[in-house]
Parts: sequence; C-alpha cells; structure tokens
Amino acid sequence: MSITARFGPYGGRYVPETVIPALDELAAAYGRLRADPGFQSQLDELLKNFVGRPTPLYFAERLTAKLGGPRVYLKREDLCHTGAHKINNTVGQLLLAVEMNKSRVIAETGAGQHGVATATAAALFGIPCAIYMGEKDIDRQELNVVRMKLLGAEVIPVSSGSRTLKDAMNDAIRDWVTNVENTYYVIGSVAGPAPYPAIVRELQSVIGREALAQIQEAEGRLPTELIACVGGGSNAMGLFVSFLDKEEIRLTGVEAGGEGLDSGRHGASIERGKRGVLHGSLSYVLQDAYGQIMEAHSISAGLDYPGVGPEHSFLHDEGRVRYDSVTDAEALKAFTMLSETEGIIPALESAHAIAYLAKHIDRFAADDLIIVNLSGRGDKDVYQAARALELL
Amino acid sequence: MSALKELFANRQKKALLMPYITGGYPSMHACGHVLDAFIEGGADMIELGVPFSDPLADGPVVQASAQQALDEGVTPVDVLELASRYSGRLPVVLLVYYNCVFACGQKEFVKAAAAAGVSGLIVPDLPVDEASEFIDICRAHGVDPILLVAPTSTDERIEMIAARASGFIYCVSVAGVTGARASLSGQLPGFLARVRAKTEVPLAVGFGVSSPEQAAAVACHADGVIIGSKLISIVRDAGEIDIAGRAVKTFLSQMNEALKQ
Repeated sequence: MSITARFGPYGGRYVPETVIPALDELAAAYGRLRADPGFQSQLDELLKNFVGRPTPLYFAERLTAKLGGPRVYLKREDLCHTGAHKINNTVGQLLLAVEMNKSRVIAETGAGQHGVATATAAALFGIPCAIYMGEKDIDRQELNVVRMKLLGAEVIPVSSGSRTLKDAMNDAIRDWVTNVENTYYVIGSVAGPAPYPAIVRELQSVIGREALAQIQEAEGRLPTELIACVGGGSNAMGLFVSFLDKEEIRLTGVEAGGEGLDSGRHGASIERGKRGVLHGSLSYVLQDAYGQIMEAHSISAGLDYPGVGPEHSFLHDEGRVRYDSVTDAEALKAFTMLSETEGIIPALESAHAIAYLAKHIDRFAADDLIIVNLSGRGDKDVYQAARALELL
Repeated sequence: MSALKELFANRQKKALLMPYITGGYPSMHACGHVLDAFIEGGADMIELGVPFSDPLADGPVVQASAQQALDEGVTPVDVLELASRYSGRLPVVLLVYYNCVFACGQKEFVKAAAAAGVSGLIVPDLPVDEASEFIDICRAHGVDPILLVAPTSTDERIEMIAARASGFIYCVSVAGVTGARASLSGQLPGFLARVRAKTEVPLAVGFGVSSPEQAAAVACHADGVIIGSKLISIVRDAGEIDIAGRAVKTFLSQMNEALKQ
C-alpha cells in the first residue's frame, strides 16, 4: 500500500530537489517494512520492553470530582520511557534508519522531548546523533539539553530567526540536504514533507489503538470526546486516528493561545494562520501578507511553532476535528491543578488539553466520557513554571 | 525565442557570468549600486533574490543577507520594482521561495514578475513534481520556469526535469546549501555529463563557486556560472557601498576573464 502524500490539498513535498530522491527512498523503505511481520514484531517488542507500553488509561477520579462534570480518563503517555509520547515515533524511525543503512541520525527539537527521544533511540542502536535546538529553547529546557548530552548526542544551538523549533527545523533540513547520503532525518511530528506526516502518524497510532481497547474494557462503551494539545500535532493524531471513523465521537485539538489570540503572541496556526508552505508541506501557517513566516509564542516550547501538521489542516476544513486554544495563564493554572489534584505533574504542552477541559466544563454532561491525552510529564517544565508562578 | 534562450544561444564566451544578490541587500538604495557593479563587471544576467524568513536552501551568508533585507522592510513588491529598473539592461531572473509565490497567488505573482520584465523564476523549494501548475502559468506569461537538478537526482528524475525545463537548468554543484567552498566536487563533471545527456537546455552551475579558477573549471562543462554567497560576503565585508561596488566590479571582471578563456 502506498504512503499518503496529501491530505486533501495539504501536505506534499516542498523541499529542494537534493532531498527528493531520499524521500522517495524513505517512502519505499517504509512501505516495504510496514508490511513486514519481522519489523512489526521488532517494533512491538521495543514498545513493550523499552518504552514501557501499553501506557495506562487512568481514571482521574479526583479531577472528575473537582471539575464536577464528565468522567475524565487520562492516557498516560507521560509514563513512557523518556517522559513523553515522542519515543513511540523515534524507536520506529531508528529501526527504519538501520534498515536503510544510514550511519548518522539528526533531529530538531523544541521542548527537547523529541530530541531526548531521538538521542535515546540512537543510543539504543549505537548510531551517532545530532540534535538541532533553538537557543531560546536551550535556555528554557536546560534539563533536556543535559539529558541529550548524557545520551551521547551532539546538541547544536540554532541562533537564527526566532531561535525556537521553527529555526531548529530549518537547520536540521539544511544538514539533511548536505549529508543526505549517510544521514537519516528523524522528524518529530506529523509535519515536514511526505512521507513523514503519514509515517509519524502511523508510529504514534499505538496511542489511539490502546486507548480504544482500554476505554471499552474500563467503561464498556466508547468515549464521547477526545482532547489533545496540538503543536505540530503528533500526540493528537496518534490518539485521534483510531477514532476518526466513529463520527459520533467529538475530537478536539488545543493550540497554544499564548498571551491571547489578539495579542499576536500565540501559536494558533489553525485558528489564526493562512494556508502556506513551511518545512516542506502545505498547511495552515502563521505568516504575513507577503508569505513571511511569523514568530509563534507559547509558554510551552513544544507548542511554540507557527505551523501544524497537514492532516490537521485537512481535518479542520472537513470539520472532523474542532480546534480551539487556551492561553499561557490557563495552561499554567491547569498545570498546578492536575499536580495538586491527581499527583501528576503534566508537561506544559499537555496542560493545555487539561486547561481546555476545565475552561469549557459547562459544555459537558455528567454522562460524557472524556479521554485527555497526557502526552508528557512536566519534570522538564518545573523551573520555568515555578518562575512563572513565583514559587522561586 | 525567450530572452534566456537567446542569451545562451548568442553567447561569445564559454560560459555566462550570472551573479546573484539578495534584493534589497544591504539596503534598497545600496542594492542598486551592487547591480550597477554587476553590469560594469561584465555580468550577462542578474539573479535577484526575494528575501524570505526561512530560506531552507541557503547557507549562513545568504540567510543573513535575507534577514538584513527583511529587517530593512524589503518586500517582494520592492524586489520586483528593482527588477523592473534593470530588466531593460540585462535579463533578470528572480529567485523566490514558494511561500512568497503562494501567498501572493501563483498567477498574480508570475503576472507581476512578467510585468517587471523578469525572464525566469527559480523556486528552490518547488521540485518538478509539485510545479506542474506553476510551470504552465510561467509559460502562459512568457517567463521561463528555472528548474533545479542535484547530484542526488536519479536519471529518471533528470529526465522528468529536462522534459519541463526551459531557459536554463540550475545544476546544484553539491548536495548542500548555498555558500562558498574551498574546492568543487570531483564528481561535478560526471554529474553535468549525466544531465547533458538528457537535454538540450543550457546548464548553469551554482552553489559553491567562489573563485576565477573554479569558474574556469566549471566553464569547461557548463553554459553558465552562478555566483552568490561570495558576492554577498564581498558586499558585507566592504562596509561602505562605494567600496563594495568597486570590489564587486573588480571580482566579477576577474571571473569574466576566466569564463572567456
């Protein structure tokens, strides 16, 4: 079966000719491997014994009581090895890199979670690894920088543009263009040129497959709504994909509202962006009238991105997924609330999904059944949050 | 016959001299001086870049020039205005990233470029597979769509590109981004021969050409030599625009001599 290159009008391969043959090679290799039972069993084994899957679907009883609305379950991707869902994707892509005989891997990272997950998988396979990270993100995610270095990765600071995820991805692509013969580029979200959005979605789809079985086991019925944060959108796609054909289930993606959508300082590409091309695919992009990419803003480095995966743009246009946003302040409040109520410190990214639920709690009925994707844990965010909350 | 086809067909030297500058760099006013120096230095064609916030195919030197132009407030409209002032004197080819074309609307952008007298459009992040509509629009407006080939392009892809190319084909000398390199790839002649075997369209080589010796070597295998990062670094290092103009003219004159032999 061929790999999806377009989601409606979105997606495509808007990259220099130099890497097009490598994208063809990647699509062919992945097409071959996904049909190979040997690859699948290797991947399943790694997900089980290295990543720690399946992750629990946890009934948040105290949160449910506190909010006083629907029954709330948390998909505990924060319990994955390395602390976020990102590792589901990187072990799969490292298997691919090995299969394609690449001797080096590179990646971009925002919050550092994808960088850590890539460095971890690279260490597992004994492959040299370089991670591009914006200088601004290096400052606010110091813990993850140290982790990547401990894992043997080279962390390359990116000083151009907004010095965040967007610019890290630019430099990773430039590295790939230069070293394409021996280098595998591990993209961390459902973004980038085809076939990456489809590959990353498929590797993350384990989240939704597990959640679908687990909720039926726990409640004997399907959920009424799924909620996930959206930066590039890989945790959301991973959860949603098993539920897309169940049209009665409402799907909600939560973007970074930053300091408010009217402040101009946010990461709400779908709500406030226009169609455009960024990092190799056509999608919604924050840009000015001339097509210059604008800087995004979010307290959460993982959502601080002016684009979004192309399939999300398609699902938005189709009306299948509804996209909304919450502000930095609302996310911080949810960060504290979940920590105090459930003993779970969420990543600031995932706190956006919790914040959305809390903010709109009046819209839900008592017999609604909600799954929130808790995509990552908040250890990396504690200093930044403590400063923002004036705890330090 | 298109302006570019005519230019290559009637050339008196081994390969044409095709200098690049980012439009509006180091400022709108100073950029005009640089373009004057291009002409005085013996350029056969002007390649003008539309500054873009996220230039994926560019190395640090061109990136910094684009950022400076953007900081100066330069827009695609300004660059087209610059193109229209020079297109009567030499053929002008525009290098523009796809999002700037897309944001304007492909048809509107090509129409505006044609009205400014632009002869060709290079879109480095629009590979031939995605360019079908764009190529048709260019043809309809008498503008050559300049396609790129890379050393990594397979023979099958070179055929695809050759089938749709006109004006010239932009041959990327190495896998990588723009920027001066100490030496050219030893595989360049073989790569160019591979492209030549598939097409009659003239071949111009860019990425990494920065000295008269390199230019002379390239001219043995190609019909045009594109020089970008080296010129931008000359302008950057000169500081004052009068000094920059003279330095650009001197450098291009040397390059020009190398291309005549």
